Amino acid sequence: MGKATVIPFGPQHPVLPEPLHLDLVVEDETVIEAVPQIGFVHRGLEKLVETRDYNQFIYVAERICGICAMGHSLGYAETVESLMGVEVPKRAEYLRVIWHELSRVHSHLLWLGLAADAFGFESMFMHCWRLRERVLDIFEKTTGGRVILSVVKVGGVVRDIDDAMMAQVIATLDGIMDDYTKIMNTLLTDTSVKNRTVDVGYISHKDALALSMVGPFARASAVNYDVRSFGRGAYGDLADFRPILDDGGDCFARVKVRCLEVLQSIEIIKELAAKMPAGDIEVAVKGAPADGAQASNVLEQPRGECYYYARGNGTKNLERMRMRTPTSQNLAGMTSALAGCDLADVNMIILTIDPCISCTER
Amino acid sequence: MGSFKLGGMTFGSLFKKPETVLYPVESKPAPAGLKGHIVNDVSLCILCGICQKTCPCHAITVEKKARTWAIDPFRCVQCGSCARACPKACLTMEPTYTPVATAEYVTTLEVPDQKAAAAE
Ligand code: SF4
Ligand code: SF4
Repeated sequence: MGKATVIPFGPQHPVLPEPLHLDLVVEDETVIEAVPQIGFVHRGLEKLVETRDYNQFIYVAERICGICAMGHSLGYAETVESLMGVEVPKRAEYLRVIWHELSRVHSHLLWLGLAADAFGFESMFMHCWRLRERVLDIFEKTTGGRVILSVVKVGGVVRDIDDAMMAQVIATLDGIMDDYTKIMNTLLTDTSVKNRTVDVGYISHKDALALSMVGPFARASAVNYDVRSFGRGAYGDLADFRPILDDGGDCFARVKVRCLEVLQSIEIIKELAAKMPAGDIEVAVKGAPADGAQASNVLEQPRGECYYYARGNGTKNLERMRMRTPTSQNLAGMTSALAGCDLADVNMIILTIDPCISCTER
Repeated sequence: MGSFKLGGMTFGSLFKKPETVLYPVESKPAPAGLKGHIVNDVSLCILCGICQKTCPCHAITVEKKARTWAIDPFRCVQCGSCARACPKACLTMEPTYTPVATAEYVTTLEVPDQKAAAAE
């Protein structure tokens, strides 16, 4: 055994789109311990709730994260709606879920591309991002924005998708399917992918529960937890929803869970588009949250469960807004997966939790 | 074996229409629903100031006395709140891409006084 050395990893590193710093305690080529440090992109967005009214804050909430922008505006709007007892029209709920699932598709495609890039599969990276671009084009056509959509408002949504546009959306998704299946088969059957991912960063089911992991990271260790299965909003109208689980617990299982979740999201979008009810897309929201009123909410973001809490003070500005994001939940799991791994596998393991540091630090 | 399947797809891409456009010679057409940028039809504006109050970024400044309506496009985040709140529907989001800016500026518009014009 060699002497223990500390290797700093990040905040600037090619696999990290966002700044995360890790002190890797290494003996020979094995990582013994990883000590994470965050705090490079803290922007104080939660504090801004005191100077923006509850309608304006939705555009701040959206900017917490570029990839789950839709999810954060949705989660925030739902929290304020339950704070004020607002009932959202059915059609708005459907539209929200459709956009949210589309953002899951684009988030997972982005991740699959990044993961492929991390293990040196450049052409796979290109193909994943090429398909992701089609989803962004759908966003641009239906909401007017590619990343920051600004379609959710307290009380509903601001844009409708008419039948002709919905048919185009479905046609685009069908167009992706053929290429996506090929990409997925490659990821799941290719030996070079397996060499880099099977048995890497293993976390058992018991540890996953003990470390309170969430999202695809937990589901790859067979933790049966997906907020969508609570059946709230339009999710309640799905004929059948079962979280995608895998008991592998390693990086390969995480790739697999995310691959299959893309297919699942596309199925959800198609089912909801077929069942779309007619009617209004928004209700007028008047007044302000009552003094001392509290509400909390959970939402399944592409990276896992995100928790929202809001408290009113009788004015248009909220007293407090708090979020707990999936990555902050998963950091403990990540450090535990890193302990004992090879130095060369560190970037793969960090990527498989799909870290979103901007969300975590807000 | 998976990589050979993907290889087929990659090889096939050689003969397909490229996914990208030759920017800046070509550019993508803007979709009809694009958020674009805010334009104000000043002939309708009554300088009520609602847009200024609604804007989450304080991008709009309405000066009633000087009869001007100004927008700082570098603050605007294209959320569309002002366009939805305007009682005269004079604000719209023009669905076009704007050229890249080379300097910061504020667009100030003079709002004509319709009543005074009618009285004359
Ligand atoms: S809300 Fe409309 S009418 Fe009022 S000041 Fe703004 S642009 Fe003019
Ligand atoms: S679009 Fe939004 S940010 Fe831009 S001026 Fe209007 S309210 Fe302000």
